[in-house]
Amino acid sequence: MSEQAQTVMPVEPATSRVLGPGQTYSSVTEKIGGIVLTPLRRTPRGWLGGFTIAFLGVMVFLGAVTWLFIRGVGIWGINVPVAWAFAIINFVWWIGIGHAGTLISAILLLFKQQWRTSINRLAEAMTLFAVANATLFPLLHLGRPVYLYWFIPYPTHMGVWPQFRSPLIWDFFAVSTYGTVSLLFWYLGLLPDLASLRDRAQNKIVRVIYGILAMGWRNSGRHWFNFKKVYYLMAAIATPLVVSVHSVVSFDFAVSTAPGWHSTVFPPYFVAGAIFSGFAMVLTIMIPLRKFYRLQNMVTLKHLENMGKVMLAAGMIVGYGYMIEFFTAWYSGNIYEQTAFIARATGAYAPWFWLMLLCNVFIPQLIWFRRIRTNPLALWVIAIFVNVGMWLERFVIVAGSLASNFLPSMWQTYSPTIWDIATFVGTLGLFSALIFGFIRVLPMISIFEMRELVTQAKEGKA
Amino acid sequence: MSPNDRLDFAAIRDRLNSARGKEYWRSLEELAGTDGFLDFLREEFPRYAPEKGAPVSRRNFMKLIGASLALAGLGACASPPASKVVPYVRPPEGEVPGLPLFFSTAMTVGGYAMGLLVESHTGRPTKVEGNPDHPASLGSTDVLAQASVLGLYDPDRSNTVMQGAQASNWDAFLAALKGALDAQHGSQGGGLRILSETITSPTMASQMQALLKTFPSAKWYQYEPVNEDNARAGARLAFGDDVETYYRLDKAQVILSLDSDFMSEWPAGVRYEREFADGRRLVSGKTEMNRLYVVESGSTITGASSDHRLPLRPSQIESFARALARQLGLDVEQGVALDTKAVPDKWLPALARDLQAHEGSSAVLAGRGQPPAVHALAHAMNQVLGNVGQTVIYTAPVAVAPAAQIAGLKELVADMAAGKVELLVILEGNPVYNAPADLDFTGALAKVGTSVHLGLYFDETAAKCKWHVPATHFLEGWSDARAYDGTVTIMQPLIAPLYGGKSPHEIVALLNGDAAATSHDIVQGYWKDNVGGGDFQTFWEQTLTAGSVAKTALASKSVQIAGGKPQLPAPAAAGQGIELVFRPDPHIFDGRFANNGWLQELPKPITKLTWDNAILVGPALAERLGVGNYQMVELRYQGRSLHGPVWIVPGHPQETVTVHLGFGRSQAGRVGSGAGFNAYALRTSDSPWFATGVEVAKAGGTMLLATTQNHHTIDGRDILRTASLDEYHKDPKFAAHAIIEEPPTESLYPPIKYEGHAWGMAIDLSVCTGCNACVIACQAENNIPVVGKDQVSRWREMLWLRVDHYYEGDMDNPVAYQQPVPCMQCENAPCELVCPVGATTHSDEGLNDMVYNRCVGTRYCSNNCPYKVRRFNFYEYTDWAASQISLLHNPEVTVRARGVMEKCTYCVQRITRGRIDAERENRPVRDGEIKTACQQACPTQAIVFGDINDPNSQVAKLKQEARNYAMLPEQNTRPRTTYLGAVRNINSEIG
Repeated sequence: MSEQAQTVMPVEPATSRVLGPGQTYSSVTEKIGGIVLTPLRRTPRGWLGGFTIAFLGVMVFLGAVTWLFIRGVGIWGINVPVAWAFAIINFVWWIGIGHAGTLISAILLLFKQQWRTSINRLAEAMTLFAVANATLFPLLHLGRPVYLYWFIPYPTHMGVWPQFRSPLIWDFFAVSTYGTVSLLFWYLGLLPDLASLRDRAQNKIVRVIYGILAMGWRNSGRHWFNFKKVYYLMAAIATPLVVSVHSVVSFDFAVSTAPGWHSTVFPPYFVAGAIFSGFAMVLTIMIPLRKFYRLQNMVTLKHLENMGKVMLAAGMIVGYGYMIEFFTAWYSGNIYEQTAFIARATGAYAPWFWLMLLCNVFIPQLIWFRRIRTNPLALWVIAIFVNVGMWLERFVIVAGSLASNFLPSMWQTYSPTIWDIATFVGTLGLFSALIFGFIRVLPMISIFEMRELVTQAKEGKA
Repeated sequence: MSPNDRLDFAAIRDRLNSARGKEYWRSLEELAGTDGFLDFLREEFPRYAPEKGAPVSRRNFMKLIGASLALAGLGACASPPASKVVPYVRPPEGEVPGLPLFFSTAMTVGGYAMGLLVESHTGRPTKVEGNPDHPASLGSTDVLAQASVLGLYDPDRSNTVMQGAQASNWDAFLAALKGALDAQHGSQGGGLRILSETITSPTMASQMQALLKTFPSAKWYQYEPVNEDNARAGARLAFGDDVETYYRLDKAQVILSLDSDFMSEWPAGVRYEREFADGRRLVSGKTEMNRLYVVESGSTITGASSDHRLPLRPSQIESFARALARQLGLDVEQGVALDTKAVPDKWLPALARDLQAHEGSSAVLAGRGQPPAVHALAHAMNQVLGNVGQTVIYTAPVAVAPAAQIAGLKELVADMAAGKVELLVILEGNPVYNAPADLDFTGALAKVGTSVHLGLYFDETAAKCKWHVPATHFLEGWSDARAYDGTVTIMQPLIAPLYGGKSPHEIVALLNGDAAATSHDIVQGYWKDNVGGGDFQTFWEQTLTAGSVAKTALASKSVQIAGGKPQLPAPAAAGQGIELVFRPDPHIFDGRFANNGWLQELPKPITKLTWDNAILVGPALAERLGVGNYQMVELRYQGRSLHGPVWIVPGHPQETVTVHLGFGRSQAGRVGSGAGFNAYALRTSDSPWFATGVEVAKAGGTMLLATTQNHHTIDGRDILRTASLDEYHKDPKFAAHAIIEEPPTESLYPPIKYEGHAWGMAIDLSVCTGCNACVIACQAENNIPVVGKDQVSRWREMLWLRVDHYYEGDMDNPVAYQQPVPCMQCENAPCELVCPVGATTHSDEGLNDMVYNRCVGTRYCSNNCPYKVRRFNFYEYTDWAASQISLLHNPEVTVRARGVMEKCTYCVQRITRGRIDAERENRPVRDGEIKTACQQACPTQAIVFGDINDPNSQVAKLKQEARNYAMLPEQNTRPRTTYLGAVRNINSEIG
């Protein structure tokens, strides 16, 4: 690396490195912790602007949900036969996005991938917020949301239990488990950093809050020993969840009879899709953030490139899934499956299907080019396409399949209402607001792991 | 108190009328916001009323509101009628709360009666069934009868005497009428005219006779927009006399309909459907069936049920009838030449041969829209085929004083316009809305001294009359009426008038000077005078119990065609340009049922449209005009025009458009006003049924039409399995051949053993006509809400049972199939597996029960239902606000809340009732004892329900039939509802 890297203004480090040169313990701590500990009055204008827009989204969401609770799910465009649409599409989309976090923090941790270090915290937070958004939808889409608690197997004098054969119950457990584990894992990883913030806080109130959240972390060897043990254990627990959650989500469809849903390829294909969209969302958030907060030395091109590669690989599995779906429909000789897939490519929703192929299969092929995957802007644009494409994929599967069912007399299409759109846009706002809040009050990059990286860099390992 | 100070009912009515659809007003409380209401209080309850401007204590206010609301007469708590009514089966002593009682009565449409049994729960009529002992019903009903009970409770019914637009009262009306009548006594009634609908009532006949004796110069006219003028004129043409015709289709092997929609039309559609079906039910070893040819100018269920259908322009049908008559050897003049494109060459000779081969067992029916010549030709053909006395029965006219109704109305309007009419009494009917457009009835009405309208609604006619008196619904007052064969039913009420209505009998008695007579006294008085011998009380009770007066069917009359061949007018000239056909709507008829939400929302046969009429055209004409569905066009005829949306109907005759009457009402009520367009605007007195030379022009713009089925092609699937009779003879098991090989039927879950009952259903597609009676019976039985046009257009209709309709073959004349689809009650039900909370569960008798109060509304069950028979309450559809409607609800069926899934349960409440009855009598449930609502209503008995564990049950036997098949068997759902494949008796000469 050249001398210029030593100057204050960051420059893109070489793509082969996961850490810019010249980073020290204190520079890392200063840089990351500084963002959080900036006094209230010196909050960056960009942050304020962004948060305001996100907050407006939250208001849209609250408005849409209030009207939903007043009038009922009839305000959406759903019907019979298309009884599921935006709510379930959004649910699956958000859950998919929520996959990258655990994958990055747990699986890559176990595989000792150093490049995960500077992105795992944000990815985990994003996961949590995505899962939080996702879990809203099963609640909102219920005809009688007050009775959501009937999904919980609690003992009653009536002896009534949930119906354990239903994939929705499996879903309930899978998602709640995933949400819980993700939260714990994320909080656990925050402990040493919360202690650092406590120690560096100038303001007494801030110090007390971080102090409570740090749960008495004193940086002792014993703490570190236990911490590492639990952290790796949690990673091991979280790893199978990465596969299980979206497999179970896919059972909602695969277990049913509907042509276009009833398919054994769904679990792996959904997991790949989840990783695909999860990485796309991390890139979508990370690329502007590193620019805004000048984190190019910590989130290097190497990170972006690696994430691009994972996205490309996952995207190709997804593309393969699309192909196999069509092949199976043809090969099975099942007229209902065939009609459903012909309708998918040529029916009412055909434009969305082809747009989905463009976004998910064709555009990501650009990542094969090194120049493109090391260009943050290009990668960001591709990631946006993938986000859109993955949403469209769920739309095509959920609404498109239901619209072409067994009986031609019941072929009816679905179109969203303003409330469908408002609810979705609202959750985008909610998600963004949570992300903005997170980067303001918690370190978006793991300080203690970056310090480890600094040490390793000194030892020539990074 | 001057009238101006009173509560401004007109304003309230305006406010109410401005709200359409489901926005029913909650109560008078909502209306109480008007100043007029407080004035009203002050007048009526001076003790409690606040001084103007003085504060009211809360306590007083509550008292006032309570008292005034109760007394305002809109309370729904009507008591049972004071006069004695006699239940059908069970003795009247000691009504057991919770157990329904059934009373026999009858409903009339166009004057003709259909005998009914009406279910009553603690004094509230809730459900209509057919009377098995009545000839026009045979235990079944049609859509109009099924929906009539909703009409009873309709909150929009007129509830007060009106003087012009002002609310008045009965005494004021009596005083006004007395003045008008006194004037008439001087002139012997020279200025008195009475306009009624078609009357078959013997009591009314004698009342009218008496009235005309008092006022010898008065005149009585009858007018129905859907009248039998052509049939009457045709009979006169053939026989020189008024003769009523009815058919014995059970004896007919070959039936030809000349534009006659005999299956869905009163007076005997229900009976004809049964007879037609009985002649083609390929069960218990029967291998032959009757054959139906339909030549029609529209798209009706009769045509859709035919073996051979020939769509012809309405003006061509006379030519067709003439050509056929000549083939049969009748010496009649040739009509306009028929091109071979319209009538394939082999059609006529093959049809003639088929008819001749069935002399004495064939029948030729002419439609009421066809000119008298076609009716005369049908009579002549029936005579030459030896059908008279066999399949065709002639009797004396059923209607009282039959006359040409349109000519009569013309005469009346002329008198009115000339100012000769001083007192006009309109006994029901809505001539302002439905009189021929060229007569200007409305204008003439303004010149009448005193005009009185008796009607269920404050409708278009009521608004133009000086006085309006609310009428009783047929379930509220006594009357009598004749069926198609003359059988008289004494119609007994089930409830006292809900809205203070008066019966037409009471009004006629009033005109004759008897203001005190009640309909009960009048009707009973008539029968007392006319029943010879025996104890009258016994006669009365027996008659009411049986539902018809014994031995009142008219004797068959022997008539001969004068001179051996009918003296026909010269053949009509060829129709020019596009022809326009007027038909009564299959559901709201001539418009009188326009405010009935069930009928408005019931998908019409073939088109599956709801809530609107449309300009129906064939695909070829649509292509030529360059119009598509939903596009607005303008119809112009004789200087009049109307706008309406196009709907393309495959198989509709070339160069012909059909419009249905009954829509475009301006004062029907909140449900019916403004729906569709008014086709009467083009209907003139000289061409009431079809018009030639109609211009059709694109009008620009589109209109939303709500249909419940968008795809009418079967798309290569085997959900409907069909064969011709020959194919059936070669391979009776034709329906067993599936396009997808059934996989080994294995389930992840252990099979359930059904040791007690195992309920199942079989639906014979060979005899289903798609008449929709089952659908509306289901709606009435199961408290299914009406959702409105907007919701239907979003595919959220709630009907548990639907009739799917599919076309097969040529777009210009396709074969149509109807398939009723209730819940299949799968043994391996996909819906049950996916419900997260176990709200839909399997009963030990094999039903997929739906536990409404456990349902959280994930809708997963609907997604997983291959048959899509589940319905979801997307909104709060049940109208809790209209208290009258809640009286209608079946107390044995839960009323569902928002966010809950619902579905067909095989009428589980009826099953339970049957089981309880059997257990109490310590015997097994008898086969046929439990009938589902759809089964009970079905005119053709296509739906059979029962215990498939009982090998001797009818349903178990049907499931053993070779034609039995399950829909989507490869899904391994093992449906309990199965179908018997449709067989058509194709004439191989036509192919």
